[in-house]
Amino acid sequence: MDVVLLSRCQFALTVMFHYLFPPLTIGLGLVLVFLEYRWLRTNDPIYHTATKFWTKIFGINFALGVASGIVMEFQFGTNWAVYSRFVGDVFGSALAAEGIFAFFLESGFLAVLLYGWDRVSRGFHFFATLMVALGSIFSSVWIVVANSWQQTPAGSHLVEHTINGHAFLRAEIVDFWALVFNPSTVHRLVHVWFAAFTLGAMFAMSISAWYLLRGRHIEFAKRSFTGSLLLATLASLAQLGSGHFNAEMVAEHQPAKLAAFEGHFRTGESGTPLYLLGWPDEQTREVKAGVAVPGALSLLVHKDFRTPVTGLDRLQDSYGSPPVWLSFQTYHLMIGLGMLFIASTLWACWSWWRGTLFQQRWLLWYFVFGVSLAFVANEVGWAAAEVGRQPWIVYPTAGPDGAVSGGLQTVEAVSEVVTSGQVLGSIIMFGFIYLLLFILWVYLLNRAIQRGPDVEDAAALGPEIDSLRGVVEAQTELRGAFKAD
Amino acid sequence: MDLNLTWFLLLGVLLAGYAILDGFDLGVGMLHLLARGDDQRRTFIETIGPIWDGNEVWLVTFGGALFAAFPEAYATIFSGFYFVFMLVLLALIARAVALEFRSKTESAAWRQAWDVVFCLASTLATLLFGVGVGNAMVGVPLNERGIYIGGFFDLLNPYSLLVGLLALTMFLMHGSLYLHLKTTGELHARVGRWLGRTYAMFVVAYVLVSGATLWFIPRATAFFQAYPAAWLVVALNVLAVVGIPYALRRGWSGRAFVASCLTVCAFVLLLGLALYPNLVTSSPAAENSLTIYNAASSQKTLWIMLVIALLGMPFVIGYTSIIYWVFRGRVAVGEGAYH
Repeated sequence: MDVVLLSRCQFALTVMFHYLFPPLTIGLGLVLVFLEYRWLRTNDPIYHTATKFWTKIFGINFALGVASGIVMEFQFGTNWAVYSRFVGDVFGSALAAEGIFAFFLESGFLAVLLYGWDRVSRGFHFFATLMVALGSIFSSVWIVVANSWQQTPAGSHLVEHTINGHAFLRAEIVDFWALVFNPSTVHRLVHVWFAAFTLGAMFAMSISAWYLLRGRHIEFAKRSFTGSLLLATLASLAQLGSGHFNAEMVAEHQPAKLAAFEGHFRTGESGTPLYLLGWPDEQTREVKAGVAVPGALSLLVHKDFRTPVTGLDRLQDSYGSPPVWLSFQTYHLMIGLGMLFIASTLWACWSWWRGTLFQQRWLLWYFVFGVSLAFVANEVGWAAAEVGRQPWIVYPTAGPDGAVSGGLQTVEAVSEVVTSGQVLGSIIMFGFIYLLLFILWVYLLNRAIQRGPDVEDAAALGPEIDSLRGVVEAQTELRGAFKAD
Repeated sequence: MDLNLTWFLLLGVLLAGYAILDGFDLGVGMLHLLARGDDQRRTFIETIGPIWDGNEVWLVTFGGALFAAFPEAYATIFSGFYFVFMLVLLALIARAVALEFRSKTESAAWRQAWDVVFCLASTLATLLFGVGVGNAMVGVPLNERGIYIGGFFDLLNPYSLLVGLLALTMFLMHGSLYLHLKTTGELHARVGRWLGRTYAMFVVAYVLVSGATLWFIPRATAFFQAYPAAWLVVALNVLAVVGIPYALRRGWSGRAFVASCLTVCAFVLLLGLALYPNLVTSSPAAENSLTIYNAASSQKTLWIMLVIALLGMPFVIGYTSIIYWVFRGRVAVGEGAYH
């Protein structure tokens, strides 16, 4: 097999495994901040119990995120050396910012979050939780900036760089802020955040729903469930708007990607339909068994029913052909799941308002397994974004006349000296390690969930102990007063 | 001083930070199987439990900074030494998993298995880092475009393996000094008895590597002829090495550990002096070397990165110190232990 395909498979395997954890950490980070804040304000021990429980779960996910994250950083160099030489100058600032502002912050304060309960004050512990949550969000900022630059390059230009008399082209920075705020950064960042919040919330809902179905830790589970339900509802509703802006942005800056998402092979003369379902056939260049709304894509892109949207037939000369079937299905699966999340969370909110939420066992069962759908939605969303960008690893930019220039093709980006045998070997190694890690992850999560929140936790009695201390102090004072007499 | 040199120095700072910090927890990992019984082993892990993750971030940041400041060197090294980096990843992941998950269940077999993984992975990672530094000193075959053209077994030359041995003994010593600082009671006394042995092994490796370097790598000493002031680094190195037993004999385990940190730091400085201005030395064709000038990002990027580093580093140093302060003191399993 060829080294490009193998390297792409390895990247897909390692990044999809890694991406199980970061959105979960971002989402759960927010849940932790909320719970610990409530504990600080209300002193209600149930919030303390809840914070401690979700901190344990958070710790398991964080460790796996770090372990699988180092692989990603190394892999740019090991498998994609030509790409690294091409983008190094542009990624430089983003990577430096991620290291300095995010990694140190997260991992440093994580120690306090996990092990510092008995060593620091409540306020400082809350501060540490806040810093860990902030660190994971900062991290997402810089990695999305770098990835968005690959999708819609800005603030950079191509320059000839010379090594020992050998010249080659690479991208160099021109304007830092134009690079950071390239046309897709903000839209994609917001999209990633809402997806992460939805996942984190649905993760907490899954575990809470399970407790409710089993009749365990009822009070704890109800509060975790409803709090997270609110977050999931807001995030998945907001995702609808964010998704719309992203589609508009893709239509403008990556027209071939949009055409692949929509299975839009031929431009045609009249309005372009929007497929809700279908089976794009790349040989015959048509969508089979499609269910479509006539003219709807034209409406979304051009704001009228009749103007045709440019199809792949007119785009492939300049942009090449992205794999249509995979782009179409991953994109449609993401949207379908998003709609399902909106419908199910709204239904749950409605039932909550009517007071029947916790009687609907089928709904609770749905939410027990719903988290796996949220994982799928996060993964296929990224798959659509990355597959739709092909055959480019760094997308070219279109000039005013429509001609494209710049960019780097994926086939040209792999390491010069790495052989397919080596990559096959490392895929097998990663496959084996990740299978083991996955089993371990499920096992440990399951164990933590079965054990449940620590009700006997000494710290959960904090307020009682505080009041006891108050009594003792009062007595001592009284005794002192008597003696003085 | 130009921006390229500044980033060469900053990479040195990151590498020294990594070697000092992860050095002791790699050392603890290698010594792990010598601890007797579950309580002692848990104590070992407890001494590094809250901080190993932060220590490893120095490596991640070093890798990121190398990519950002000198992409040509990053691409050549990581793709050229493909198999080595896969082994490093294997070792680091296995270590992380062993550390985090060993104490999650009561089963003795589960714990024993992860203890062995922890020890082997720490040893493998240290050895690979040492061999890597050895090859940086010897130089590796590059073509005129600055791409590695050797194979895996070219990396296993005698000199590099000797430096691998130095890394193993140095981190064993560094780790045992750290444990000596962080343990109490019977375990403290046991660790105290290892100090002499790990120190002796380190000194033997140190002398061997110094001799081999003078003998086989003439370009390593070129800098010293041009700038005699660089001998101060050698003096610092020797003083730090001698300072360790001096401090220990007086019962100052804290100062002995500081001397050990300085020893590690001096080695990184010596490496930098021996390499300068190269990042990847080409051998035999020395003119193909990747230097801090031909392998670098543009001046504009180096400048922006410097601004970011200057803005962020005071905070990093500030809160990292606070966190180390929070977890100061000796560790005895039983009180508030999470491992």
